[in-house]
Amino acid sequence: MRKEEVPQDPGIADGLQEVTYAVDDSGHYVLVPSAGWEPKNISNYQAWGVIGEQIESARQQVINNEASPLAYHMARSQMNVALLAQYMGIMRWRVKRHLKPKIFKKLGSNLLSRYADLLKITVEQLQDITLVEKLKIPGQNQSQYEDKL
Amino acid sequence: MKINYKHRQSAHCENGATAGLISHHGVEISEAMAFGIGAGLFFGYIPFVRLNHLPLTTFRVTPGAIFKRVTRELGIKIRTRKFRNQQLAMDMLDENIAKGIPVGLQTGAWWLPYFPDAYRFHFNMHNLVVFGKEGNNYLISDTVFPESVVCAADDLQKARFAKGVLAPKGKMYCLGEVPDKIDLPRAIKNGIGATTRTMTKFSLPIIGISGIRFLAKRLERWPARLGEENALLHLGQLIRMQEEIGTGGAGFRFIYAAFLQEAAIHLDDERFLGFSARMTSIGDQWREFAVRAARNCKGRATPEDSFPAMARILVELAAREEKLYRDLSEAII
Repeated sequence: MRKEEVPQDPGIADGLQEVTYAVDDSGHYVLVPSAGWEPKNISNYQAWGVIGEQIESARQQVINNEASPLAYHMARSQMNVALLAQYMGIMRWRVKRHLKPKIFKKLGSNLLSRYADLLKITVEQLQDITLVEKLKIPGQNQSQYEDKL
Repeated sequence: MKINYKHRQSAHCENGATAGLISHHGVEISEAMAFGIGAGLFFGYIPFVRLNHLPLTTFRVTPGAIFKRVTRELGIKIRTRKFRNQQLAMDMLDENIAKGIPVGLQTGAWWLPYFPDAYRFHFNMHNLVVFGKEGNNYLISDTVFPESVVCAADDLQKARFAKGVLAPKGKMYCLGEVPDKIDLPRAIKNGIGATTRTMTKFSLPIIGISGIRFLAKRLERWPARLGEENALLHLGQLIRMQEEIGTGGAGFRFIYAAFLQEAAIHLDDERFLGFSARMTSIGDQWREFAVRAARNCKGRATPEDSFPAMARILVELAAREEKLYRDLSEAII
């Protein structure tokens, strides 16, 4: 890759100039800042798309009372039961129980505070998902997204 | 307390942290040199290890291996420690900073507040160097970023003790004694030898050149075996492993080419300039592969971008890399 070929395709880096390796006119390697590269943007947005779908699916389950609000927050934090249990320092089967609406409603304030602290939200937000800002999924605003392929 | 540590931006965090720490202790080396001596270049397609439910493809060696190899090859003593007690981990960090010793940390990127949103995943193999503390904030040289950054103690602690796959467990590493004389040419040759051996002689078919060929075979059948949608997810993951994980472009091949250029000077051997040029060209072809894969992900694939066509590129790459590694291994004798 030559210096002139270093891509400057804005997207996931969100302004961050990363360093790439390219050759100058004399064939010597130099470090060149890059604002981004289209294939990188595309693959990253694809991954975020999947995450976005998981969050939306969890949100629907909560609305339909098929899962507790914890399911939504878990998806929003890209965690699964195993990871959430590890962070909480409790057994997986307990987290699974907390994903049930009836069980979640009865949880004590201590446990709720611990979940809230971990997830960086308030207890109110933990219990009511409408109080949490919808996560901005990178790549969804496709209109500003210049397509160079 | 602020140590006079020079922040340098690099393509890859472990290279950057390694080169930064070693340079700070008086042996000026570049990211590329650290990568080369550290024998960081690699390939592995490991379908039974999953990242985001998708097969793991890696273009570099095990996390931590580069740092270990470089310091060992250069005869530099290191101190590495993991912790169960979070407070102790932070106290030890503070103790070293107070003594003027910069500290390398393994961290989970999820908890670092200065990371761009699109990069915010539960990724636990991020390396950075702490070189100061002001009030409740740490001064950090995170080499992915152009300038040094500031991070609140709470956030750094969370990052050091992130959970999940390859959890850092508060891992910190510092350099100790640096020898007066460093045999750089020998370290370079040893690094090249390790890389060429790993890429060509490894017995497992998912590693090295065999791994590239294995991936090619699998990739060709992805649409038939996995269905269109899942095949595209697999492709997307592949691009991310090659380009997003701070590889400097082309799955570290360009960084290695830069290393080979430096090697030419230190070994006083022009052949390495030729090897470097070949590696650059190989890197370009990896990039071409990524472009075609991305076209597929966007639904813009032409016949030249078909799965069989992409598989053929991989097969070509395997052959080209194999020849290069063989030539390299002969040149270092």
